[in-house]
Amino acid sequence: MIDETFDAIVVGAGMSGNACALTLAQRGLKVLQLERGEYAGSKNVQGAILYADMLEKLVPDFREDAPLERHVLEQRFWMMDDTSHMGMHYRSDDFNEARPNRYTIIRAQFDKWLSRKAQEAGVTLLCETTATELIQDAYGRVIGVRTDRTGGIVHADVVVLAEGVNGLLGSRAGLRAVPKAEQVALAVKEMHFLPSETIDARFNLKENEGVVIEAAGTLSKGMTGMAFLYTNKESISVGLGCLVSDFRDGQETPYGLLEAFKRHPSIAPLLAGSEVKEYAAHLIPEGGYRAVPQLYGDGWLVVGDAAQFNNAIHREGSNLAMTTGRLAAEAIFQIKSRREPCTKANLALYKTMVEESFVMKDLKKYKDMPALLHTQSRNFFLTYPELMSKAAQNFLRVDGTPKIDKEKATWRSFVQRRSWPGLIGDAFRLARAWR
Amino acid sequence: MSTPRVEEKLFQNRYLVDAGRPHIRVAAHTAPSANLLAMTRLCPAGCYGLNDAGQVEVVPDGCFECGTCRVLCEPSGEIEWNYPRGGFGVLFKFG
Repeated sequence: MIDETFDAIVVGAGMSGNACALTLAQRGLKVLQLERGEYAGSKNVQGAILYADMLEKLVPDFREDAPLERHVLEQRFWMMDDTSHMGMHYRSDDFNEARPNRYTIIRAQFDKWLSRKAQEAGVTLLCETTATELIQDAYGRVIGVRTDRTGGIVHADVVVLAEGVNGLLGSRAGLRAVPKAEQVALAVKEMHFLPSETIDARFNLKENEGVVIEAAGTLSKGMTGMAFLYTNKESISVGLGCLVSDFRDGQETPYGLLEAFKRHPSIAPLLAGSEVKEYAAHLIPEGGYRAVPQLYGDGWLVVGDAAQFNNAIHREGSNLAMTTGRLAAEAIFQIKSRREPCTKANLALYKTMVEESFVMKDLKKYKDMPALLHTQSRNFFLTYPELMSKAAQNFLRVDGTPKIDKEKATWRSFVQRRSWPGLIGDAFRLARAWR
Repeated sequence: MSTPRVEEKLFQNRYLVDAGRPHIRVAAHTAPSANLLAMTRLCPAGCYGLNDAGQVEVVPDGCFECGTCRVLCEPSGEIEWNYPRGGFGVLFKFG
């Protein structure tokens, strides 16, 4: 369909694909980008939080025209049981800065904008084009991509797989495994629309200020999972995700859990009277450091969610995607500048760059957290939230019981549910995995 | 407040269905595996169901292309999973 050979083909137009394509084009390389959807963003789902620092490296003046919703003024971490929440909130006027650090965004709109920047920089974007297969030569080198368009083979010196957590090309070509049920979470999400003044009033906000709520506890019924609520300008994104392996072994439906979360007495008043305009689902990479696959080979690189680049503890994914997409582009540019081929040996530069960045350092820091949380999900997501809630209620309820007896009852409840070795072991294991 | 059926939730979404070309197919089977059976509960779009013979069937018109069923059932060959042809499938307005 296109006879010319490109310097690079980027498969996918999400965060990592757009970051990669844009950077390649900014460096003067000839880039073809393939996207299944009718426009960049139409297949993409995220909560979504945007991290300014990583976008500034791509589009320094993005605040002038990017479709941003609200900058995040306040973060609420909630531990919930069925009738209560206890939380750590951080709200600071320092976040009302000239160049805020975090924003809520709506991915379909944001991705379309970032893709336009890439096209303005010279990227050729083919939408409504599903990449179906990597083309390899007799030596196994990737030399192009087959698409579902008529005669749809395109060639390039290097193919960047920015195909997302559920990318088919890399796994079909045997470059990495299909994610295992223990390595991905299934998240469902709804968009609830309300007038912006209503959102301002409910969350104590002024114009463009936003709140993020991230919650864990009995809402996931003992599964490894969490829920979120993000304020956009005129809408609220509310969602919930749990490990696929936990969902498989349990009794819950994803939409049933979401409905229960929305009905929770701490959440329902925030959503009251809203109009739901979309219901979506997506997988989230949760395997962490130990699930990161081979990142490069002869003629190919993998970036973003497809490479499991997601920091589940800090709930950061899009910034890792943007960063790895950009680093892939910079590695390719360096190789091209030396007029060298995109061999496996040369593309190892990409892995070095990723390892030197915050991406791999952060994943490495938490390399043992997935194993801990995934195997002890009932303790961390059900037992402790219930115990903490009861402890707080016992502490606050004034009923004539002497305080010394209240404290003893609280300690007894912890020891009865988890035992002394269990409590000490959990604390030790958590501290070690966090370190 | 009763829980709305998943079909009602999908009503808000935009789709361009590639009629006659389902992008997910279930392989013929007599009794479903535990993973395949779990999809009747797990699929966030409710695409999987049981027929009268106790076999699992899929109608992927409301599919989000999330890949949950691929993760659970493709390695064993119980389902065949492809993305819809370019432009078809779910069309997120907000994502």
